[in-house]
Amino acid sequence: MTTTLAPATAPDLIPGAWPPAAPEFVPGAPPPATLWADTWRGIAKENPVLVQMLGMCPTMAVTNVLANGIAMGVATMFVLVGSGLFVSLLRKYIAHEVRITSYILIIATFVTLADLLLAASFPEISKALGPFIPLIVANCLLLGRAEAFAAKVGPVRAVADGMGMGIGFTLSLAAMSAIRELLGRGSLLGFDILGPGWEPWVFMVLPAGGFFTLGLLLITAAWIDELRRKRRLVVAK
Amino acid sequence: MSTEKLIVTASPHIRSQDSVPRIMWHVVASLVPVVLAAAWFFGVSALLQIATAVIAAVLTERLTGKGGAIADGSATITGLLLGLTLPAGFPLWMTALGTAFAIIFGKQVWGGLGQNVFNPALVGRAFLQAAFPVAITTWPSPGGGFFALHGDLFAIPLTHPLPNAVTSATPLGLLKFEGKGTAISNLVIGSTGGSLGETAALVILAGGVYLAWRGYLNWRVPVSILATVMALSSIIHFIDATKPGALFMIFSGGLMLGAVYMATDMVTSPITNLGKLVFGVGIGILVVVIRVWGGLPEGVMYAILFMNALTPFINRATQPRVFGTRLVSVT
Repeated sequence: MTTTLAPATAPDLIPGAWPPAAPEFVPGAPPPATLWADTWRGIAKENPVLVQMLGMCPTMAVTNVLANGIAMGVATMFVLVGSGLFVSLLRKYIAHEVRITSYILIIATFVTLADLLLAASFPEISKALGPFIPLIVANCLLLGRAEAFAAKVGPVRAVADGMGMGIGFTLSLAAMSAIRELLGRGSLLGFDILGPGWEPWVFMVLPAGGFFTLGLLLITAAWIDELRRKRRLVVAK
Repeated sequence: MSTEKLIVTASPHIRSQDSVPRIMWHVVASLVPVVLAAAWFFGVSALLQIATAVIAAVLTERLTGKGGAIADGSATITGLLLGLTLPAGFPLWMTALGTAFAIIFGKQVWGGLGQNVFNPALVGRAFLQAAFPVAITTWPSPGGGFFALHGDLFAIPLTHPLPNAVTSATPLGLLKFEGKGTAISNLVIGSTGGSLGETAALVILAGGVYLAWRGYLNWRVPVSILATVMALSSIIHFIDATKPGALFMIFSGGLMLGAVYMATDMVTSPITNLGKLVFGVGIGILVVVIRVWGGLPEGVMYAILFMNALTPFINRATQPRVFGTRLVSVT
């Protein structure tokens, strides 16, 4: 099969017009929704960490102190919004066969931007995060949103989705790193909270503590979900 | 026609008196001499430590488990075993925290007794080792009178303990970090530094023999662990005389307690007899490797936890042939 960006047989196309008109129906496109719903989805209902379980690598690796967690979340949000916008804008020009490569290129561009911006403005955090900022490019959350959402909707919705997913990711990482920093070091954002007598739980700063904290957060999320479902059932009755 | 004599049921038709609570309470009873030995060497601190662990275990079980789960004694065993693996001067709030962790994350999140993959007491011990590495390696020396309170038992919860005890290294620590040996006779009797229940090797061995005689403990696990450790360490000692010999290896550290009471946990060890041997040999190899070449002085806890994780696979690999069938090679 030859790859043609605009099917020549389409009746409503003026020959030679560029760009070709968008097809009416995109297979697998998300159902229409308000911008508010698009944003809110990433924060709560389809939270990247707590519900979709995407981006587990940075979730485990950088959440030992709150500052790192927030920085990682914000950097990822920046890349999500930027790549979502550009994937959506270029969706009609990207050939189906090379779409993943193209998405990765767009994502890598924004990751490089985020890396350089962070290094210029917060050099200490950039040093602490080390290779994990460049590794955002391998975060499956970005590719997932590009393929499942941004490539199938208009730029405004793509940006709203990127914002929502980014905020959801940042909130989850902040919650995790706050728990780990508070128990593991007795401080938050470097400020001593629990006093000098606090015996730090070294365990919480170690990778194993990350797994247990994530497990606890997932249990809590599932429990809240269950409570809400029960309440909805009662209301329905 | 009466049908009462014609009722057909599935096997088993003859039941023994054994039940989960009965076995568990027998294990508890066999641990009493070990607790007494700990009290003999470390005084009232040991009793406080073990009592805290048991009470915390039972309370956590009561709060998180179903109603009848306390009576089966499994929480009591977890508390006892965890308490026995701690140093005498360990702050009591840490003991309580670790025991609660052991019950919740070692047992309840898996679905309760019988569903857990890892030995709950060792999960709690591993948590405490990772969370409070300094406190858990502060070993008070035995002696100093029965009523001497070791270390910083009554540290205010969640605060720094202030170690004020006369401490001594464990025999394994002495050997690894200072290159000093310890007399085998002291190791066998138990008058060395170390965790509460790991020093009195002979008492633990006696409890194990009693349980094996009652049939509540399969001899294959402890015997294969001890035999593997002895064989391997003899070979290593023969090649390099600075490495510890066989007797030192089996009587030092937590090996005896681990081999007799922790590796033999019915839930977390393989079901088949061949599997039990594989399990024991695996633990033995890991213990020797960690002790001789690892960075830590002691590796029994990690060895058992590691083999716990492999137990489902050992079970699958050693599944016996069903009676009356034969193996056919499928190509």
